[in-house]
Amino acid sequence: MSDTHAQTVAYVRDSMTEQREPPVAQSGAVKWTRENLFSTPLNIALTIVGLWLIWVILSHVLPWAFMGIWDADSLSQCREIRDELYGADVSVACWAVISERWEQLLFGFYPPELYWRPVLAFVLFLAAIAPILFASLPRKMLWLSAASPFVMFWLIWGGSLWVPICVALGFAVGWAAVRFAGPKVGALGGILLAIALPVLYWALIAEPLAGALQSIIPLGLESVESREMGGFMLALIIGIAGIVLSLPLGIMLALGRQSDLFIINKSSVIFIEVIRGVPLIVWLFTASLLLNYFLPPGTNFDLMLRVIIMVTLFASAYIAEVVRGGLAALPKGQYEAGDALGLDYWKSMRLVVLPQALKISIPGIVNTFIGLFKDTTLVVFIGLLDPIGLSNAIRASTEWNGIYWELFVFIGLCFFIFCFSMGRYSLFLEKKLRREHR
Amino acid sequence: MTTMTDPPGQGFRLSQLIYDTRYRSLTIQVVAMIVLMLLFSWLVSNTIANLNALGKDFDFGFLGQPSGYDINQRLIEYDSQSTHLRAAVVGILNTLLVAFLGCVLATVLGVIAGVLRLSNNWLVSRLMAVYVEGFRNVPLLLWIVLIFALMTESTPAPSAFRGDDPASSMILDAVAITNRGVYIPAIHFAAPFFENGLYNWLVILVVLAIAIFAVKRVNHWAGVKQEATGVRPTTWYLNIGIIVLPIAILFVLMGAFLDLPALQGFNFGGGVHLRGSLIALWLALSLYTGAFIAEIVRGGILAISKGQSEAAFALGLRPSTTMNLVILPQALRVIIPPLISQFLNLTKNSSLAIAVGYMDARSTLGGITINQTGRELEGMLLLGLFYLVLSLVISGVMNVYNNSVKLKER
Repeated sequence: MSDTHAQTVAYVRDSMTEQREPPVAQSGAVKWTRENLFSTPLNIALTIVGLWLIWVILSHVLPWAFMGIWDADSLSQCREIRDELYGADVSVACWAVISERWEQLLFGFYPPELYWRPVLAFVLFLAAIAPILFASLPRKMLWLSAASPFVMFWLIWGGSLWVPICVALGFAVGWAAVRFAGPKVGALGGILLAIALPVLYWALIAEPLAGALQSIIPLGLESVESREMGGFMLALIIGIAGIVLSLPLGIMLALGRQSDLFIINKSSVIFIEVIRGVPLIVWLFTASLLLNYFLPPGTNFDLMLRVIIMVTLFASAYIAEVVRGGLAALPKGQYEAGDALGLDYWKSMRLVVLPQALKISIPGIVNTFIGLFKDTTLVVFIGLLDPIGLSNAIRASTEWNGIYWELFVFIGLCFFIFCFSMGRYSLFLEKKLRREHR
Repeated sequence: MTTMTDPPGQGFRLSQLIYDTRYRSLTIQVVAMIVLMLLFSWLVSNTIANLNALGKDFDFGFLGQPSGYDINQRLIEYDSQSTHLRAAVVGILNTLLVAFLGCVLATVLGVIAGVLRLSNNWLVSRLMAVYVEGFRNVPLLLWIVLIFALMTESTPAPSAFRGDDPASSMILDAVAITNRGVYIPAIHFAAPFFENGLYNWLVILVVLAIAIFAVKRVNHWAGVKQEATGVRPTTWYLNIGIIVLPIAILFVLMGAFLDLPALQGFNFGGGVHLRGSLIALWLALSLYTGAFIAEIVRGGILAISKGQSEAAFALGLRPSTTMNLVILPQALRVIIPPLISQFLNLTKNSSLAIAVGYMDARSTLGGITINQTGRELEGMLLLGLFYLVLSLVISGVMNVYNNSVKLKER
């Protein structure tokens, strides 16, 4: 074999040639450009149009933004500085309105010496939400999450420390009813007691108790009225309160819509469809104009509270639909497994179905929250000072009359940062959940 | 064996209502019903008490009274002597107008952006990503206010078009973009069939519908022929002729001519005046919803597995045929349901018209009418009902379409 072979092969290379670089057109930046920007005539045209578009936008926006004036007292002063520096026909931003009014845009008319309170509340919120968002954090932190609504309320509105403590005690009463009275009166009775006792407690005992404790040990912060709050703080308060309160309500509605019980099913469907069929702005006007009609004569409460109630009802309908999607996505075997183990309805929901369904629906819930957070700007129409309302108020002042784009850019950027990071979190979660299912 | 049967004589016990699953669901429903009724009656009795305290009644008679206010954009005859009901109808038509225009433009923008975001051109796909993320993550209200400010602050006043060497000029001598709105050419008829202009357009619309039906027949015929012979007859010139010719003949018969906007006095006259509020609302709604639709379209196309297009190529189909016959029909099934909810969102978001003073249903029925008559309860009820019915109708119509493209499973 080898002999014949040696005869037929005329030449055998005994050393390798130098390895050559790939052709310039087939490697590095040139290859990338050719493949990604100039592969076909259509792509070339698109690239040129895209570059032209970028040039048009950036050539206007960049000089305007970077030549902007940060230090002035009013728009007219801004213009004077501009005329001195660049001449009258150059358009530059007057960022001075932001550097002068950013605190107002963030906090509204909250007393400046108390700014640390909402900031602390926000930090607390981040700490409280962290264990819910990231499963790797220690589970003990969930206690902080449970306590944080009350602490945040106290920090923002101030007043006696005993009020949130006494309200929180109501939940302890409910828990105690399930824990200790439940085994004696049966599961259903336990649930009824857990609802009835805290309601009775809040209606009759909580307020005198807080007053009495306050008179014995006065503890508290200077209280701040709701109408002094505004800007992004308001958007965050309404958004966070709305989502936290609407989550349990939305889950109940979703369960109601899945239920076989005719009346409960139909009333959930009607509630969800009516709420979703009407724009939020109509509901907000309902809150500001009509809510007092539906409540006992003489009741009159805070506009912000009314808005939070309306936003909660609104968001709960949307969350119900998201959670329903999660419930529907679960294989039927999971429900049957719950039944086969002999769990009753609530136990099988709590231990088997809901943990899985909620996990699937978290991205949808986050998206609902993004929508809700953006929708908080609508409260401007019923007289609350959200960021857009404040931008109108700033424009109405004599110093800053006629200033538009700087305020819009600032507000838009703040919203963008919030919503974009939430959107990324939702994507991260989707990826993580998908990996777990594989 | 006898121990297995129930002891006789033990009838219905009250505790069965709670502990027997056969009766428990009934108990729960009855209790829920009673609670709901109590809640409802509590709300109604509160409302009655509050209305009595204010000396008001619950009456829709105000709808027949003269409204006493003007509406700057009206699609039907209306003046301040017309009734509140007519004012409401004018507002409703304005809502429908902006919702319809918005849905159309948003779909176009969304499809283009969604497809371009999947383009293998890096620059274009990044640009579209910036568009989508930018619009999705900033409140719609801010976009409406911003575009309205652009329309009123950055566009020239009509006086800038005056003189021999004007500061601004009209686009193609036909479209004028001013801070009072956009003026576009209008089509008028010299010899109309009807006095009322609306009917003329209705005639054209009917003819157009017949023409489209005819085109469908032609395509059906071409399909039958293709099935029989394997060769599809060329139909595009026939189709264009069927659509264009009758309309053109109608236009000639009615003596259609273009009415170009022109500077008259301090303002533009002639043509159609699109108010800044309408333009701002329309553009903002379309751009915002378009960003969401782009994501839906992208998701829909990505949801079709690569094997489908590979199979089509293996069968020898061209890329365009692959898109039309293989990818799109399947992608549409994924795209349509969320698209419906985006249309619904756009329609509901059109109520943000309040930010720019566009006279939609909320501004007339739910705004000025309520303020003038003091009928908050009735006005908001009607307004809510209008939006609810509109939502149900849109989702109903779209569901019919959705069912027609749905996967037919056996």
